[in-house]
Amino acid sequence: MRSDRVSRRSVLAAAGTGLGMSVAGCSGSGGGGDSGGPTVGILEDRSGNFQLNGTSKWQATRLAIEEINENGGLLGEQIEIVDPDPQSDNSRYQELTEKLILQDQVDALWAGYSSATREAIRPIINENEQLYFYTTQYEGGVCDNTIFPVGSTARQQLGIVTPYLADEFGDDIYIIAADYNFGQLSGDWVNVLAQENGYNIVGEEYIPLSETDFSSVINRIQEEDPDFIMSMLVGANHENFYDQRATNGMEDIPIGTSTTLAQGHEHIRYDPPALTNVYAGVSYMEELGDMREGGTFVEDFYDRWPDASYLNQEAQNNYFSVYLWAEAVEEAGTFDQQEVIDVLEQGRDISAPSGELTLDGATHHMEHEMRVARADENHEISFDGQRRIEPTFLREEVEGGAGCDLTTEDKTTQYVPSDVYDV
Amino acid sequence: MIDAAATPLQLSAPSLGALLFQFLNSFGFIILATVGLAIIFGMMGVINLAHGEFILIGVYGTALTYHAGIPLPLAMVAGVVVTTIFGVIVERTVVRHLYDRLLDSMVATWGLALVISQLLLIVFGSSLDSISTPMGSVSYGPFSSSIYRSIFLPIVAVAVLGGLYVLFTRTEFGVKARATIKDPETARAMGVDTDRMYVSTFAIGSALAGLTGALYAPALGSITPNRGSTFLVEAFVAVVVGGPSVIVGTLSASAVLSVFNATGSFFFGTFIGQMLLLLVAIVALRLLPDGITGYVKDWQQRRRAEQ
Repeated sequence: MRSDRVSRRSVLAAAGTGLGMSVAGCSGSGGGGDSGGPTVGILEDRSGNFQLNGTSKWQATRLAIEEINENGGLLGEQIEIVDPDPQSDNSRYQELTEKLILQDQVDALWAGYSSATREAIRPIINENEQLYFYTTQYEGGVCDNTIFPVGSTARQQLGIVTPYLADEFGDDIYIIAADYNFGQLSGDWVNVLAQENGYNIVGEEYIPLSETDFSSVINRIQEEDPDFIMSMLVGANHENFYDQRATNGMEDIPIGTSTTLAQGHEHIRYDPPALTNVYAGVSYMEELGDMREGGTFVEDFYDRWPDASYLNQEAQNNYFSVYLWAEAVEEAGTFDQQEVIDVLEQGRDISAPSGELTLDGATHHMEHEMRVARADENHEISFDGQRRIEPTFLREEVEGGAGCDLTTEDKTTQYVPSDVYDV
Repeated sequence: MIDAAATPLQLSAPSLGALLFQFLNSFGFIILATVGLAIIFGMMGVINLAHGEFILIGVYGTALTYHAGIPLPLAMVAGVVVTTIFGVIVERTVVRHLYDRLLDSMVATWGLALVISQLLLIVFGSSLDSISTPMGSVSYGPFSSSIYRSIFLPIVAVAVLGGLYVLFTRTEFGVKARATIKDPETARAMGVDTDRMYVSTFAIGSALAGLTGALYAPALGSITPNRGSTFLVEAFVAVVVGGPSVIVGTLSASAVLSVFNATGSFFFGTFIGQMLLLLVAIVALRLLPDGITGYVKDWQQRRRAEQ
């Protein structure tokens, strides 16, 4: 009896300590919102399936905000950062998004690598009308009041690399892509480009994200013998395709992609010749350096994060969009999210490491400087075919050509290629 | 949108060759992914949910040694050694308290899995440089297949099973180990150091996981701290389908599962291949709740009873 009581009390004490600790934890991290100063939320994966891409997004966002703080802050105030690790887990993303909005009351949010993550938190963003920057290159079509998808879209990325490869190598295309919303919609975009330009799709396969063995995919490609492959494979598991392609001596079939090189820096992590003749449609890669006069983005990044593995395309989007937001705050003279959005919706030019870009106010998307990056047999990167591509899908194609105009109407939709095209 | 299925391969002599190589590829993978788990579960009754991470330690051990400039075969030996030592430490500190406590062992090893993958992330960063697959490919008609994945690994896999069979049936160690598992009291009375037998058996299971990691280090593509899960699904499905007999169970389950996996991917694409593998597992469990070897044993006993 006696020992029973002791153990119950000790359990209670332990529980009490735990509770105390969790309360302390809450008040510690929630300090930003409570103190009334400006707070920015960063939810980028530093562990789990997407940590390889998410870590440098997190690093670049922090770098930009720290730079702003060192230069005197915004509207005379230092910006606080709340940045828990969502661990590539969509339900954790949902919890943390709610916490950051309701408890920390962030003035702007940068969050998420995959499109599945973005769609998981979008209802929470909509409900709370939270200003949110989604910075990954993605399938396109999100037309949403408070969301600024500043990465390049499938129409921009595939739109530069697919015609480039067709001109160079021929019209027969084999599509392989990851089997989820991003991959399926990207595949649709290649089909749209094929219809517009008269290319032939000789084969098409959507592959589960967990798959690592591509021997049957490779055999199918060998049978169809395409002029080039369009690959929208995603994540660490799928990278094995490139190694297996090299093992099977298929480097002479070029690959166009929107996902490889610029994110997972496979050209650095894999021994040549695995990535030989891979052509990526990119807005930015570390190898591009800093296009601004006297800019030192890459050096600054590695000074701040000496252990970083790569400065990827997405990280650059995080970096310039922090400055885009900061400029809009300065002009609005307030951190009030709606007023900042109103300023952003007037459209803005921004000097980014990737070039002189323009935010299209009506669609919340960017006019990007797009390039075709090619890895050669030694995995050296060269750039070609630079062209400015505007977000035409949302501006001129959807709604029967009327486009999406967030300056005049409220919307929380995502348009897909099949809304406009017969795919 | 799922209607955009892959174009099926046309039947021809070369494409049947492709089917055979796909089968061998899948067969080797499932055996190697399973065998370490099957030993530890079948012999000791411990469900090691950290099995994937044990394999991952083999991968990391191999990759780190290889990148330090050691030739690949020696690096693979290092991967096996590291995993074995790690297995012994885990047995001495955690697992030995959990024999005959099935659920507890699952929770403990699951926690261990989380710790291992986070530690790998913290210590070695988000990824290691990958290793190219050796041995090149064999071409036939328009097709080609990797020699390493489709010929070398299946041969190694069958050799490993053969070696285990000899070890556990033809050697003094094997007899003692099986006696320890079957009836520890009596084994002790006969002078068997059962404690040592437990460590040794767990060490063998760990070494096999390490071997799988070492062999797949150059066939895995990216080496990241969460790759352990790559092996886990196939391993558990094969153990469950195979049933109580470790070696015959692993062999027969791997053969059945990879026939369905290979034909599915061959005719309908990798997605269907994966679905078919899981579907076969569900059907097998419904019809043969004790797995293939459990059913065979039952059938033999019934026949003996009839006679």
